[in-house]
Amino acid sequence: MAETILLVGTRKGLVIARSRDDRRTWDLDDIRFVTMEVAAVGVDARRDPPRLFAAVQSFHWGSTVVHSDDLGATWSEPETAPVAFPEDADRALRRIWQIQPAPANQPDVVYAGVEPHALFRSEDGGVSFELVRGLDEHPHRPQWQPGGGGACLHTVVPHPTDPQRLLVAISSGGVYRTHDGGASWEPANQGIQALFMPEDQRFPEFGQCVHKVATHPSNPERLYAQNHFGVYRSDDWGTQWQAIENGLPSNFGFPMVVHPSRPETVYNFPLVADVERMPPENRCRVYRTDDGGSTWRALEKGLPGAPYYAAVMRDAMGTDGVDPAGVYFGTRVGEVFATRDDGDSWTQVAQHLPDILSVRAVALP
Amino acid sequence: MTCRLVLPAQLRDAAGGRGEIEGQGATLRAVLDDLAARLPGLERRLRDERGELRQHVLVFVDGVSVRGEAEQETPVREGAEVFVAPAVSGG
Repeated sequence: MAETILLVGTRKGLVIARSRDDRRTWDLDDIRFVTMEVAAVGVDARRDPPRLFAAVQSFHWGSTVVHSDDLGATWSEPETAPVAFPEDADRALRRIWQIQPAPANQPDVVYAGVEPHALFRSEDGGVSFELVRGLDEHPHRPQWQPGGGGACLHTVVPHPTDPQRLLVAISSGGVYRTHDGGASWEPANQGIQALFMPEDQRFPEFGQCVHKVATHPSNPERLYAQNHFGVYRSDDWGTQWQAIENGLPSNFGFPMVVHPSRPETVYNFPLVADVERMPPENRCRVYRTDDGGSTWRALEKGLPGAPYYAAVMRDAMGTDGVDPAGVYFGTRVGEVFATRDDGDSWTQVAQHLPDILSVRAVALP
Repeated sequence: MTCRLVLPAQLRDAAGGRGEIEGQGATLRAVLDDLAARLPGLERRLRDERGELRQHVLVFVDGVSVRGEAEQETPVREGAEVFVAPAVSGG
């Protein structure tokens, strides 16, 4: 590959790491959007060169989406707000949590998940977005609660082949899906527990605190979910979920990433619990299953030794689409780690960055 | 009414590189509405999509903060200075 580009969104700006030697060594650009929070980054690999996105939030001046068509050298945004609630919604955008391009069969469609709970859709390649009213008008919406990080729609999972199907994850609303291009939505949380609810209400229709959902293009009915206490798998696109947490040191955590070419291989980063957001045994370990969650194994070769206290946020892990996989994650203490052998060994890409919120990678042919 | 809109360094890119621009309107709301038509990329950094001043944006009209007073209904006289600043909220 000619170059691998790694977007790292931090609490205080965007850092781009670049490798030109098959991910062995990395050069870091100077930080951009200084003092701005970059909670979401995205890559539209349908374009050549790929279009890069960053959701940039100023403490003072609000949130916006910027994009780059020259691999991060320059960035632009439209004069009018790319993501804004319409007047009749009577809400204001707080934060953009997710930027997700649709599959290649919807060439200019890009989704944005935001706080307060809402989904936006772009049909011009991610330059301007419109509220998806079908979800916004769902009768459950007033009952969705904020998660610890905010009232966010943080995950968008387009169906790889059927443009009418789309799945989103909401904290704390749970998983919702549409079969009609976003006009109508249904909760898809059967089998997922909400441990924070009273004992007799722990399997509600909705209200679960899902942290991340991931899938693989070659097996789109299969979903993996990391929840607020619970790691799950669905084989029927969310109709029913079953726990796959046996073998993990904890069922709490945030990221969940599927290997780019092996749909049975999934990565996560367990934390002890919501009241102790640190890795179990204070060891920095990524966990990987190669059999769809039946068994898990710890990966720590090349990662820092104990004691290690930092967490990994829900969007701070990603892959690059290459086989063997490059998997990347960033930590709350500003380190970025990478593997180029599916996770068997890791190297440090960066350190001493601001705390890391989002990571995405793309390998250029 | 014509006023002088004085901007902090962080907003100058959104104002074509200028630190001071001309505003039009008899109230702060009218000045910002006029700005929305001419420079929407600047106006949306001062107000959210409901038209409310962003929480951590300070605006002074002739040296007096509009916060907790007339807010956007603050009168703007001919030749007034409308000074925009990021609040130091949070330390």
